[in-house]
Amino acid sequence: MASLIACPHCGPRPKEEFTIRGDAGIARPLPDAGEDEWHAYVYLRDNPRGRHKEHWHHTSGCRRWLVVERDTMTHAIYTVTDASAQGETA
Amino acid sequence: MSSYRLSKGGNIDRAKPLDFTFDGKPMQGFVGDTLASALLANGRQLVGRSFKYHRPRGILTAGAAEPNALVTIGEGGRTEANSRATLVELYNGLTAKSQNRWPSVDFDLGAVNSLLSPFLSAGFYYKTFMWPAAFWEKVYEPIIRKAAGLGRATYEADPDSYEKCWAHCDLLVIGAGPAGLAAALTAGRTGARIILVDEGFTPGGSLLSETEQDATNLLAQTIAELDSLPNVRIFSRTTVFGWYDGNVFGAVESVQKNTVTVDPNRPVERLWRIAAKHAILASGAEERPLVFGGNDVPGVMMAGAMRSYLNRQAVAPGHSTVIFTNDASGYATARDLEAAGLHVAAIIDSRPDAPQKWTGSARVLTNAVVLDVKGGRAVKSVEVFSNGRTETIPADALGMSGGWSPIIHLACHRGAKPVWSDAKSAFLAPEKQEGLTLAGSAAGLGSFEACLGDGAAKAVPALEALGFSNASAAFAATSDNAIVSKPLWRVQGSKGKAFVDYQNDVHLKDLGLAVSEGYVHVELAKRYTTNGMATDQGKLSNINAIGILAEARKVSPADVGTTTFRPFYTPLSFGALTGASKGKHFQPVRKSPLHDWAKKNGAVFVETGLWYRSSWFPKAGETTWRESVDREVLNVRKNAGICDVSTLGKIEIHGKDAAEFLNRVYCNAFLKLPVGKARYGLMLREDGMIYDDGTTSRLGENHFFMTTTTAYAAGVMNHLEFCAQALWPDLDVQFASSTDQWAQIAVVGPKSRTILQALVDEDISDAAFPFLGAKEVSLFGGKLTGRLFRISFSGELAYELAVPAGYGEAVADAIMEAGAPHGICPYGVEALGVMRIEKGHVTHSEINGTVIPSDLGFAKMVSTAKPDFIGKAMLSREGMVAADRLSLVGVKPIDPATTFKTGSHILAKGATPSLANDQGYVSSSCYSPNLGSTIGLALVKRGPQRHGERVTVWNDLKNEYTEAELCSPVFFDPENGKLHG
Amino acid sequence: MRYSAFSVFLNALKGNKGWKPAWRSPVPKNHYDVIIVGGGGHGLSTAYYLAKEFGITNVAVLEKGYVGSGNVGRNTTIIRSNYLLEGNNPFYELSMKLWEGLEQDFNFNAMVSQRGVLNLYHSDAQRDAYTRRGNAMRLHGVDSELLDRNGVRQMLPFLDFDNARFPIQGALMQRRGGTVRHDAVAWGYARGADSRGVDIIQNCEVKGIRRENGRVVGVETSLGFIGCGKLALAAAGNSTTVADMVDMKLPIESHVLQAFVSEGLKPFIDNVVTFGAGHFYVSQSDKGGLVFGGDIDGYNSYAQRGNLATVEHVAEAGVAMIPALSRVRVLRSWGGVMDMSMDGSPIIDRTHIDNLYLNAGWCYGGFKATPASGFCYAHLIATNEPHETGRAFRLDRFARGKMIDEKGVGAQPNLH
Repeated sequence: MASLIACPHCGPRPKEEFTIRGDAGIARPLPDAGEDEWHAYVYLRDNPRGRHKEHWHHTSGCRRWLVVERDTMTHAIYTVTDASAQGETA
Repeated sequence: MSSYRLSKGGNIDRAKPLDFTFDGKPMQGFVGDTLASALLANGRQLVGRSFKYHRPRGILTAGAAEPNALVTIGEGGRTEANSRATLVELYNGLTAKSQNRWPSVDFDLGAVNSLLSPFLSAGFYYKTFMWPAAFWEKVYEPIIRKAAGLGRATYEADPDSYEKCWAHCDLLVIGAGPAGLAAALTAGRTGARIILVDEGFTPGGSLLSETEQDATNLLAQTIAELDSLPNVRIFSRTTVFGWYDGNVFGAVESVQKNTVTVDPNRPVERLWRIAAKHAILASGAEERPLVFGGNDVPGVMMAGAMRSYLNRQAVAPGHSTVIFTNDASGYATARDLEAAGLHVAAIIDSRPDAPQKWTGSARVLTNAVVLDVKGGRAVKSVEVFSNGRTETIPADALGMSGGWSPIIHLACHRGAKPVWSDAKSAFLAPEKQEGLTLAGSAAGLGSFEACLGDGAAKAVPALEALGFSNASAAFAATSDNAIVSKPLWRVQGSKGKAFVDYQNDVHLKDLGLAVSEGYVHVELAKRYTTNGMATDQGKLSNINAIGILAEARKVSPADVGTTTFRPFYTPLSFGALTGASKGKHFQPVRKSPLHDWAKKNGAVFVETGLWYRSSWFPKAGETTWRESVDREVLNVRKNAGICDVSTLGKIEIHGKDAAEFLNRVYCNAFLKLPVGKARYGLMLREDGMIYDDGTTSRLGENHFFMTTTTAYAAGVMNHLEFCAQALWPDLDVQFASSTDQWAQIAVVGPKSRTILQALVDEDISDAAFPFLGAKEVSLFGGKLTGRLFRISFSGELAYELAVPAGYGEAVADAIMEAGAPHGICPYGVEALGVMRIEKGHVTHSEINGTVIPSDLGFAKMVSTAKPDFIGKAMLSREGMVAADRLSLVGVKPIDPATTFKTGSHILAKGATPSLANDQGYVSSSCYSPNLGSTIGLALVKRGPQRHGERVTVWNDLKNEYTEAELCSPVFFDPENGKLHG
Repeated sequence: MRYSAFSVFLNALKGNKGWKPAWRSPVPKNHYDVIIVGGGGHGLSTAYYLAKEFGITNVAVLEKGYVGSGNVGRNTTIIRSNYLLEGNNPFYELSMKLWEGLEQDFNFNAMVSQRGVLNLYHSDAQRDAYTRRGNAMRLHGVDSELLDRNGVRQMLPFLDFDNARFPIQGALMQRRGGTVRHDAVAWGYARGADSRGVDIIQNCEVKGIRRENGRVVGVETSLGFIGCGKLALAAAGNSTTVADMVDMKLPIESHVLQAFVSEGLKPFIDNVVTFGAGHFYVSQSDKGGLVFGGDIDGYNSYAQRGNLATVEHVAEAGVAMIPALSRVRVLRSWGGVMDMSMDGSPIIDRTHIDNLYLNAGWCYGGFKATPASGFCYAHLIATNEPHETGRAFRLDRFARGKMIDEKGVGAQPNLH
């Protein structure tokens, strides 16, 4: 994992200020979406070798939730955006 | 000769003697010595015993790769096993002991293993010791464990302190040898922020072992200039042990490891995390041992190490030295030995045409190899095979050189694989790696001049990339004139054992056996023979093992490949990694604003996560905690009590969509909660399980105040923010944690209203402020504003009063004063727990991450009207609606004189104990002074349908089997009469 | 060739020249009844039990690296069956029973050492949770003991009893728990499977799964196409990569877990001890190194290496538990890639493809499960019916709401 994460609000900050939640690749289904869609949202994961989008929280910083696109092989970080900008379209 | 110290030369200060002991024997060295050089100077070559065969072993190297000279340094809590004598800076009062020997290093009974060695071949233990099965733990393993291991660690706590730091720089230069110094100087002159790190106690690396005036002058001048540059920091005695992501390098600095008088105000070691924009790895090269019979007899040493001891510390390896080499290094050592007036018996060069010019006196045998070294505890003679004939040469020392391997360890810590170079006869690090450049002999160069030029040259583009366009090489580039010879991986026809991994006693035949048994892959051969798994991690042995495997498989070393380089470059103490986070300081402490109030009222505290919470408040004469807790409970239910609930999580929620938001994160309805009211809320995870509970109050149309449990305060806050920011960014809602801003005090019991009314300016009568009221109140005639909530965890008439944290203690004092005439008492979390169990209220003992609302009797709270809330979708799954889910019940013993414990399981009466018959378990229990009996809450299959059933409460761990009855979880005041009182 | 003290003796007299390869290096056949993807502990034990228990020997184990190059050789070697939940407890106890007879069974000394596993507790809540767990174990006949502070102190006087931030109150102990020499497990199963006719094919990477009419017919590998009647995946750490070949999305994330070994020491700690106030567990190998680990780094990774901050956390917890560790030196750290599942429990099941089987999701507990995993998986492959002790490890349990969540942290793998 990279030692710095470039928070879009705070600039590059030490990784230790952030906490990870996990896969940001799938949007929360609509309430009336079927069982399968909900199951997929809650339990199935993109788990690629390479580029991967994840939710990270700037817990000891601005407390914004971020979407970090990261490489699971090299640990390089490609992009960091505010999670609200990603919205429902993830 | 009793002393091997030469009368002149070397970088030691003969005016500053240092006293030390080895195995209790007093010895003397000088400032400038390592422990190894001092031992050699005292004629002590045999310093250790090998791991398996207990063979006598001497000092082999002069650096980090040392496999043999491992000694135990220090006394008591400062005992350090397995210290490499070659890296230990000598100091006055140092005590060193040899290891893995009994009774002594000179006479070790374990050496009998050497005689048994045919039976102790590689992996022999996988083939035997299997019968009878029970003998492994009882007989074989204890013997093996006792025989194995190296030094003995102390059980005493370490008296010294450690610290951890961050450092940042533009360019990190690792290694202060020729290439590193050249790179640092080139970089330092640009004004860039430079950190130069070196493991030695004096910077200079291989330059320190040079005698030529040019080299010595160059070193002095370069250090002087670097010292004068304010943008350059030189860390000596500092080893970079790992390369991590983000170009962070881990390093450990030895601060006070060179003294017995440790200053308690300074650390003994300091862990550095160095964040470097770029790094130059100038870690040098490791000389390769040669694999021949008797290559482990004390007195056999790496030629370069011999030269280093001679030139740095003026220590002679012996009277008469044989050099065995296939590289220029052997000749350089021979030259310097002769220059120091020492006898070189012969130079044995394995190459047919020795390419080096030799003008010294020693005779040179080409196309020659050493077949065997005679002598047990010291070299006596060397058996040489040359051009068809064997010759025995008397000698008491042997210097060997099999060429050089670049030290690329760090460059391969992040997944890069070493690349075999036929031209260099060595594995090199991959050339292009972001953030790191190799320079000098770490990059495969041989000559001193070439390394200087390379260090300077490599620094320039690195600096330019960092924006220092003024970089110019401090030394000119020079082509490398070092001759690389074809490696000699092993001497054919070796007599006796030819060791590959000294410390783990892996010899040539072991590798052959691994291959013939199918452990052919380099990793399998390593794991089967343990080659490269010693404390030096194969610094000396890996390359030879690869060469030997390649020969056996008739392929190139490139096809064999290497094992994986992993941190740490050299072993690293737990202490350095731990820093100050130890003992009581392992984790930070959180204290409630009412901590001191509780303390002065006599509280006994308990660790609850990071918090200290008051557990109970013993009174004079009470001898057990139960006595105090019973009194507190009875008094609260009869009169009144005051309890610190400040540790609960508190979150301010604002925004015009705050109500809508809460309606989505709680499973029960919040949209229409009136202003001035509190409501119990149940928060689910998306998988339908209850996450946390607490009350949330509406203080204004768009202002809510949420409380969470103590343990989940941070988690709930993160969760709310996730929902607001990532799921529903269109909602207008904001959060602020105010856990630390409020002191929150529960005032509980029939007399709580009377007591509180003395402080609160507003009318708090039942009519004016009914159950679940929540509002801002004025206190003490307008002197202070607080928040008052009429909520109850105990089932009593109860309030929680929140005041700004700084006023907490004064307000608690005032409540105690106002309550004194009414019999108020402070109570702690134990009494709180008893009262909540009496009322059947759940905590995280029940909310264990696997329960859904209906399991705890909250089915009706789950809104069916709301279109969406977190967790809704998953609640309808088959397993969530199953009839046999564990559900909340009360449980009480049939005979009140009997008791049971939390964690006991519930079995149907008379049922055989088995998992199939497991009905559930007791999740909470206590002694209820109001009921005069132990009571419990339990999660039981179909629990609510089984009230009245007799069961066995089964605690086999303690042989407690209690007859009990399942019942309603509400044991006390089921009509809630007191609550509304 | 049978291994014994006698064979060691005889061979030693002959200069150890008579030893034969522990397993063959066969050229892959065109077709096997069963192909197992993954030559780690679980894949090899599956092959072993397929041959031994079901007589299915026309089996190939395909391994992209060398035998045992995955997590079976990259763990902290602990075995235990101290599980709480009904879905887990009998399975891990089956594994323990298999461990207990393993060496005689496959004629390889894997140094199964039942030296006792202690889980420390530091609070009433932890004690209560261990009481529940210890009793659950006893309900299934698994040994467990609840020690109080003095009981622990007598066994392990060098733990921090006097100056701890979170004082030790006691421990849950399983005496039958312990350690096993991890590599030897892979080798023993490989040798045992090979001797029964299984082809173990190293350096053979599976690159694709060929399907016809909704069934698997074989695998594309770095050594060409190999046909099979049944395909069994046992590639924990890389399960997603293999499942992607049949467009199967799994309830799994890959995470890195670091483990560590210290320099060799004379006997220092006799048991396996797990700290309860931080992430740290330790035992001592027969060679003398302290083998220890902590928590996963917490982020998805296939890189087999971790972070310095995690290393520091592990060391901090270690010194908090054993203050004398401060002067002990850590030799080496390594990282393994874990299949972290959504409830912390594994999957042994059939899939949506009739003749494709899945063994995955072992989190960081796969090593101790090696024998039972292979045993149950072999049963499933051979009979198409789950073995009774592995019945709960279904792939569809999340959809059905039948999670096996020992920690109760839900669908967040990095918390398991």
